[in-house]
Amino acid sequence: MVSETGATRQFIRMPDDQPAHLRVEGLTAYYGESMAIEPITLPIPRQQVTAIIGPSGCGKSTFLRSLNRLHETLPAARNEGNVWLDGEDIFDPEVDPIIVRRRIGMVFQQPNPLRGRTIAQNVTIGLELDGASKRECAEAVERSLRLTALWDEVKDRLNDPAIKLSGGQQQRLCLARSLAVEPEVILMDEPASALDPIATLRIEELVKQLASDYTIIIVTHNMQQAGRVSDHTVFMTLGDRGAGVVAEAGPTSEIFTTPANPKTEDYITGRYG
Amino acid sequence: MQPARTMKRYRSRTMINRFMLILTIGSTGVALIPLVLILSYVFQQGIGAWGVEFFTETYRPVTLGEGTVQVGGVLHAIVGTMIIVGVALLIAVPLGIMAGIYLAEYPGNRSSTIIRFCTDVLTAMPSIVVGVTAYILIVQRTQQFSALAGSIALVVLMVPIITRTTEEMLRLVPDASREAAVALGAPKWWTTLTVVIPMAFSGIVTGILLALARAAGETAPLLVTVLGNNNLAYSIFEPMQALPLLAYRYTEQPFTEMNDQAWGAALLLVVIVLITNISVRLATRKRLSR
Repeated sequence: MVSETGATRQFIRMPDDQPAHLRVEGLTAYYGESMAIEPITLPIPRQQVTAIIGPSGCGKSTFLRSLNRLHETLPAARNEGNVWLDGEDIFDPEVDPIIVRRRIGMVFQQPNPLRGRTIAQNVTIGLELDGASKRECAEAVERSLRLTALWDEVKDRLNDPAIKLSGGQQQRLCLARSLAVEPEVILMDEPASALDPIATLRIEELVKQLASDYTIIIVTHNMQQAGRVSDHTVFMTLGDRGAGVVAEAGPTSEIFTTPANPKTEDYITGRYG
Repeated sequence: MQPARTMKRYRSRTMINRFMLILTIGSTGVALIPLVLILSYVFQQGIGAWGVEFFTETYRPVTLGEGTVQVGGVLHAIVGTMIIVGVALLIAVPLGIMAGIYLAEYPGNRSSTIIRFCTDVLTAMPSIVVGVTAYILIVQRTQQFSALAGSIALVVLMVPIITRTTEEMLRLVPDASREAAVALGAPKWWTTLTVVIPMAFSGIVTGILLALARAAGETAPLLVTVLGNNNLAYSIFEPMQALPLLAYRYTEQPFTEMNDQAWGAALLLVVIVLITNISVRLATRKRLSR
């Protein structure tokens, strides 16, 4: 197994010249006694888009959900290892996961605006928790909705129920909601897989735009999407022990044109997964 | 044309189908007969007692030998039921809802498994057992029959119903909604209070109304706790009258006027339970269509 870990390390070519925003060190995830991902060590570059691709069930989502400590909220689920966010370990016992989730936002696969809340109220959930004033909230609503290109579409009906929006609009609302609390990192778990092609395109454009200010990690099933939006790609696969491993990671252009790991090539050319 | 064997089997299958359909419709009809009989009989017997006096007067002793018989009304029992059930509701709703939240939001641990089991046992508990327990623990200690003792006995019957329905309703709330709030850095109490409960609200109300309907009709636990009272009483520390109790006591009386009033009280109870059930249906329908 040591040799495999060694082999995997050789396939990781994430940039070293710039300080990583997130530094994942030996991160594992468990469901009860069963290991869902083998130790992952990976730098995540600042203000760039890192895509995580790989076949179903290889632990992509589990890995992503570990990064904002959401994984551990499931029954019997836990993590081991460290994730350094600008030099601070998010798994430090002193650190409250609530604070971690403020700095590391998340957008889910299914758009999940809160029912019974208006469009504006969905954006301000995080601010409400901070006890923000009405003016601050109103400003945040406009700023976040503009960032997600939703403002012009909904500015006249901010007090409508959020679930009246289309799926694509709901997903951009969810993105606006996480942007409203001004996080540093945004995690996206297949954010476009429940959307139609046009809505998907809009999300992809947003991802590229937002990367100038945020560090984005996006899980996707769609390799073309990874190729279109990401600067770096992490290819995960199921290891020999039935847990997810990182088979290869590096600049997207290299992963897609000259993969070092034969498994990556097989997956990208559609022979596997 | 299909082979003869297929047609033969086809015919017998159709016959079985028809037979089963008739059987189920028949069974439903048989099951409905007692309901219709009870409702119509109670209505027939009870409606005669209903009048302005029935709802506005309290007990008046039946006078013998006089020309006109004055019977009074059951106002004291109506007020008593409202107070006893109202007090029980005030105690049972917060207890039941909070226990339900605990069971739904912390489902895995040992204590919630034990609580869930106890709740189920309590749901099936004969109400007279609960009444006698309240008698021993409260009435005997305080040396006083009281409405409060009755309310507490009803609380024991209501809490399990509210707890389990609350739990079931909260479980129907998708985890995606919880995670939406949690991923924004919301603490668990905030998520539960502002996300989970509002989504399950009408379901929780359904549970409360069901518990209310059950409590309003209970006689046994009240017999040994609130005792009964012929006068209008407002203090929860004194014996009180309640509709099911009055119906029970008045049937034992030798006077037909009082027997008629028992029917009237029974009809009133049926109407209350029916109205509660219908409002449950309406609340549920609204939840499904939203």
